[in-house]
Amino acid sequence: MEKFETFSGIAAPMPLVNIDTDMIIPKVFLKSIARTGFGANLFDEMRFNRDGTEIPDFVLNKPQYRNAQILIAGDNFGCGSSREHAPWALDDFGIKVIVSTSFADIFFNNSFKNGMLPIVLPQEQVDVLMADAEKGENARMTVDLEAQEITTSDGEVIKFEVDAFKKHCLLNGLDDIGLTMEKEASIDAYEAKAAAERPWA
Amino acid sequence: MSPKTLYDKIWDAHVAHEADDGTCLLYIDRHLVHEVTSAQAFEGLRMANRKVRAPEKTIAVPDHNVPTTMGREDPAQMTEESRIQVEALDKNAKEFGVHYYPVSDVRQGIVHIVGPENGWTLPGMTVVCGDSHTATHGAFGSLAHGIGTSEVEHVLATQTLIQKKSKNMKVEITGKLKPGVTAKDITLAVIGETGTGGGTGYVIEYCGEAIRDLSMEGRMTVCNMAIEGGARAGLIAPDETTFAYCKGRPHAPKAGAWEQALEYWKTLYTDEGAHFDKVVTIKGEDIQPVVTWGTSPEDVLPITGVVPAPEDFEGGKVEAARRSIEYMGLTPGQKLTDIEIDTVFIGSCTNGRIEDMRAAAEVLKGKKIKEGMRAMIVPGSGLVRAQAEEEGLADIFRDAGFEWRLAGCSMCLAMNPDQLSENERCASTSNRNFEGRQGYKGRTHLVSPAMAAAAAITGKLTDIRELM
Ligand code: SF4
Repeated sequence: MEKFETFSGIAAPMPLVNIDTDMIIPKVFLKSIARTGFGANLFDEMRFNRDGTEIPDFVLNKPQYRNAQILIAGDNFGCGSSREHAPWALDDFGIKVIVSTSFADIFFNNSFKNGMLPIVLPQEQVDVLMADAEKGENARMTVDLEAQEITTSDGEVIKFEVDAFKKHCLLNGLDDIGLTMEKEASIDAYEAKAAAERPWA
Repeated sequence: MSPKTLYDKIWDAHVAHEADDGTCLLYIDRHLVHEVTSAQAFEGLRMANRKVRAPEKTIAVPDHNVPTTMGREDPAQMTEESRIQVEALDKNAKEFGVHYYPVSDVRQGIVHIVGPENGWTLPGMTVVCGDSHTATHGAFGSLAHGIGTSEVEHVLATQTLIQKKSKNMKVEITGKLKPGVTAKDITLAVIGETGTGGGTGYVIEYCGEAIRDLSMEGRMTVCNMAIEGGARAGLIAPDETTFAYCKGRPHAPKAGAWEQALEYWKTLYTDEGAHFDKVVTIKGEDIQPVVTWGTSPEDVLPITGVVPAPEDFEGGKVEAARRSIEYMGLTPGQKLTDIEIDTVFIGSCTNGRIEDMRAAAEVLKGKKIKEGMRAMIVPGSGLVRAQAEEEGLADIFRDAGFEWRLAGCSMCLAMNPDQLSENERCASTSNRNFEGRQGYKGRTHLVSPAMAAAAAITGKLTDIRELM
């Protein structure tokens, strides 16, 4: 996993509540063999007509939001199935941070596993960020995980909470595999011993 | 030192790290990979800029999706999705430098047949694969179990698995088997006895005279279905039969190393007085040729039996049996030998080895399959196929009216074009009779290769002893 570093990016407003995983990535797109490439079908049914042309009104189709890295979303984001394809699709599109008043549990955890940061804030603060995001391309927000702060384009600083262990993993780019790799010395030592005792293996 | 089971010994020999809460990093000696569960794992490595830690211990082969008909190199024979998955494996194997047997290689076949056949699987090893029937490799006295895609990635990257130890279970089959009774009947009979949840939380060690008397092929058949009994893995202590099978295989230890390995392998048995958390004992002579009547592998009866009634069961099983009987289109009280069969499938990692081919050929020699019967034999690997050709078995199959296919999983799970149609009834040597497993609304009866061959001739489920 890549380390989560402080960045400034464009935030897209999606005030709709209950955005589910089927909206994020419809199930017909789950047949792929990859974890990447789902970005092309992110929000497929909201983003495209049946003939594949874009729906111009959809927020991520608007010129000012096409490169958004932050989503400011309505309540209960990511509800529905457990498909990890949902965070995969968001990540692949370029979204690194999602802010909402609440997230579906599985989606929340899946996001961390994929190096993304979902942030829960009270309604008033989400409203502030939503209003800022509405300003479009010029509204670049800064997300600083270390300091647990989001800074709006007006310089307003909003603090957020994050689980200490998850923060540690994100900042250091650690997943399950990363954590095991921290024990690499044990694995190396085991391998050396086994190679001496059972060279045929 | 307190006495240890075989499982304890292999486990202890592979703990690379143990945390305070008992969670271990278990070192993995062999990682087998196939096309369906690996693509996202390799992709994960790529995205994180990781390598395969031990490509020399990683063996990949496409099997689940591949067509088994002649001329299959033609991509037009595969569905788009299958083709993409196989191509992804081609590419990943090359890019990450793991051992690879492509479709064009004579050694290609079902991953659980390829591993032992080429000497990758050896006694005392830990073996994993993103497939539940990895239990097969336990026949060598190696600790072998299936893992999920995220674990596949974990093993690729670290050559370890995060694990907690299971409990020990002993399944003893005493005495001798009666004529016509095979390893398949043993393993089905055990599941019939313990139920599909009987092994949950355990690693099973199969032992007893009837197990000792089995060939390696038969032992693999027994361990293959440990998972159907709920166990994570099945084990059989290695002995002379095991050593003789391993000797001379391409990746088995050679002179010098062989003696050293042998010395170690001979220590791989359960010590006198070692503790088992659960023990099941079955008399070999009580086991009969069996078939499944329902849609769970525990729905096992001797071929001489009749279709049960839901009321014969208790609790939740009553409803399950009702559903099974309806799905299977059977009538309670109906003799199992009166059940008419449309299709016969001989193959899979349960019964796709040379000995299974021989058992089928023995029944089919000089015979013809019933008119209108659809019958196919799918060898478990290209090497099994070649040997069967050499021994003249393939001619027997063809003469009898069987289709003689190329290696792959085929109708075991019907991911390739080999599928049952609605209500088509199949006598199958595979391991799962779940609803829809062999095709939408397909009906599966699990049997041994000899019984499958017999059904092809008579058109009904048949007691093999009557043809002997
Ligand atoms: S033959 Fe069947 S059970 Fe064995 S690996 Fe293939 S699909 Fe799985």
